[in-house]
Amino acid sequence: MAVAEVATKKQELNLRKIAYEQDKEAIAPGHKLCPGCGITVIMRQLFAAVDYPIIVANATGCLEVCSGNLPYTSWRVPWIHNAFENAAATASGIEAMIKALKRKGKLPADKPIKVLAIGGDGGTYDIGFQALSGAMERGHEMVYLCFDNQGYMNTGGQRSSSTPFGASTHTTPVGSVIPGKMQERKDICFILAAHHIPYVAQCSPSRWPDFARKIRKAFEANGPAFVNCLSVCPTDWGTEPQKGLVITQMAVETCYWPLYEVDRGVWRITYKPKQKLPVTEWLANQKRFRHLLRPENKWMVERIQAELDRRWEQLLALERATGGTGEA
Amino acid sequence: MSVVAFKTGNEAIAEAWRQINPDVVAAYPITPSTTIMQAFTEMVANGEVDTEMICVESEHSAMSACVGAAATGGRVMTATSAQGLALMVEILYIASGMRLPILLALATRALSAPLNIHGDHSDAMLMRDSGWVEIFSENVQEAYDNMLQAVRIAEHPNVRLPVCVCLDGMQTSHQLENLVVEDDAAVKEFIGEFTPYHPLVDTDHPVTYGACSVSFGEDFYFEAKRQQIEAFDHALRVVQEIGKEFGERFGRHYGLFEEYRLEDAEYAIVMAGANSGTAKDVIDELRDEGKKVGLLKIRLFRPWPWQQLRDALKGLKGIAVFDRSSPAGSIGAPFFNEIRSALYGVENPPVVLNFIYGLGGRQLMPEHIRHAVEQTQLATLTGVNGELVGYLNIRE
Ligand SMILES: Cc1ncc(C[n+]2csc(CCOP(=O)(O)OP(=O)(O)O)c2C)c(N)n1
Repeated sequence: MAVAEVATKKQELNLRKIAYEQDKEAIAPGHKLCPGCGITVIMRQLFAAVDYPIIVANATGCLEVCSGNLPYTSWRVPWIHNAFENAAATASGIEAMIKALKRKGKLPADKPIKVLAIGGDGGTYDIGFQALSGAMERGHEMVYLCFDNQGYMNTGGQRSSSTPFGASTHTTPVGSVIPGKMQERKDICFILAAHHIPYVAQCSPSRWPDFARKIRKAFEANGPAFVNCLSVCPTDWGTEPQKGLVITQMAVETCYWPLYEVDRGVWRITYKPKQKLPVTEWLANQKRFRHLLRPENKWMVERIQAELDRRWEQLLALERATGGTGEA
Repeated sequence: MSVVAFKTGNEAIAEAWRQINPDVVAAYPITPSTTIMQAFTEMVANGEVDTEMICVESEHSAMSACVGAAATGGRVMTATSAQGLALMVEILYIASGMRLPILLALATRALSAPLNIHGDHSDAMLMRDSGWVEIFSENVQEAYDNMLQAVRIAEHPNVRLPVCVCLDGMQTSHQLENLVVEDDAAVKEFIGEFTPYHPLVDTDHPVTYGACSVSFGEDFYFEAKRQQIEAFDHALRVVQEIGKEFGERFGRHYGLFEEYRLEDAEYAIVMAGANSGTAKDVIDELRDEGKKVGLLKIRLFRPWPWQQLRDALKGLKGIAVFDRSSPAGSIGAPFFNEIRSALYGVENPPVVLNFIYGLGGRQLMPEHIRHAVEQTQLATLTGVNGELVGYLNIRE
């Protein structure tokens, strides 16, 4: 089924699955993720959105260390953690083996087993980038999901290439000379789009229907698909655990974190705020940005706003240029 | 029907792979192992196998994909050398820690720097503590035979360890020799069907691979390592059983190591790999001169059959241990240390000297081997005065 066809189908959210069938969820309660962690929400939403048998390859990071703890496991689906930088390569091997077993008649050819690779932004943008790029180029049928909490959180909150300009982390501390991270965040979805794979999407758990729809499209892409999802980290962003989704939604409403997809070359923004809020709405309520609101750092906020505006305009232009403005 | 073909060691490995017909191969080119992968991709392209071939973007991903594929449930292999193996190291430990029966053909090569593409054993030594079974081959035939046996060793239910078959890069890997290629059906019967063990692909019975083990009081890291050690104890027995079965079936017998004119010897050369052939010639010459010299050719390096080695070597007067890797910063190179350690505590222990040869592909000529034997004989008379390690064919 073409990706676009899936998109036009109005699919219901499987609320029941989350509300009443917790004992059937892919991740059992009792994991060790922090209260208010975005990863948990993302994972539950993901598995509620689809019904395939799924094999998971998980990169080292918060999700991995908090869900598979010998002799226990939170996973009710087949799951493997190999190392930090190789979730995509591991998933390549899984996908190849499924293909081989089907070809040799050791597995029913019509069994719809799906492969999901999961990594944090460190395991995706940085150390795992080469393996990811290789797997995408080779065309393995897998969904790669990045839960992007904008830093190396499992090791205590260090910078990654996804950490935003100005943010304070344990390796870009706010000092008397240097006020936080001095480099811009790299745009992983643009890089993945340049691989010309069938499907790339950016999403947020604060817009669940949008996320669920994108996940379904990703799994039906008939080739590699990449989904980047913003994931609040109360511990290292310095946010109140109960406010995670509200804060995440501010990233969307300010257009700091645009929701869009690149569906076989067509760029489509899937949510356009009626009124684009100023970026300070996103920067507020997060301790990692607290210093930015000081008068002497006004230039930094201005720079963030200007960069954000530039990227948003670029995205709008891409949407127009590729014919993505019509109905999805 | 078996046929005699004229093949290089790398082609012999590819030939074994063709007969094994693995489910997944993931590999990345590096001299001198590249032609294994090239020969095999040709077989894939021509439909001689129905393997899923992944031409990965690095050796790190090659081994990572092997882990994913093996855990999913099937036969998996790869090939590499030197820098490629070095890039794999992190995942070598994970493959063995997860007890995945992955097979690796290592066309051995010197590690950089300086960059060098020729053979030595520094890469084989790099992986010696990684939890892999390691088997050395002397020639093209042994490389082929070892690869077939490796399937059985790795997949044995009491072993379940990854296995590396070493062949000397640029020598065995590229040298043309006569190779007996056994009958396809006979090989198929010998290796048998793959039996999956908790495969990821059984989605109705989900399993977790690679969970961490950190919580104090509930950590099982030490126990997992202890079980791997026990698997190596089993492997020692299994390697012998399978070597014997292979011999009964195909006529070429394999044990833990090979003894050549060692029975009544007073002096021994201990060596692994391609240069053992030259050593055998030198021994024949020395024997003609009335000198009682023999060879102990190392085959199985991991697990290290130290008790059997001790029994085979303990009555000797002197032993020249040849190592093809650097002893930098140690008493000597790995074979030397492990042979000496195996002999610890025997009565009237032999004099053991270490000779370093062939680094970066440096030639080892018969006169160098002779020289080492003479030095060892001398040391048994004069005693070892200081120098335990000698370097053969080097500019000093
Ligand atoms: C090769 C390697 N280098 C470093 C580490 C240490 N390490 C483990 S997790 C991690 C950070 C993970 O960051 P990310 O991928 O963003 O995931 P998160 O922790 O935020 O969930 C680091 C640096 C490692 N496990 N392996």
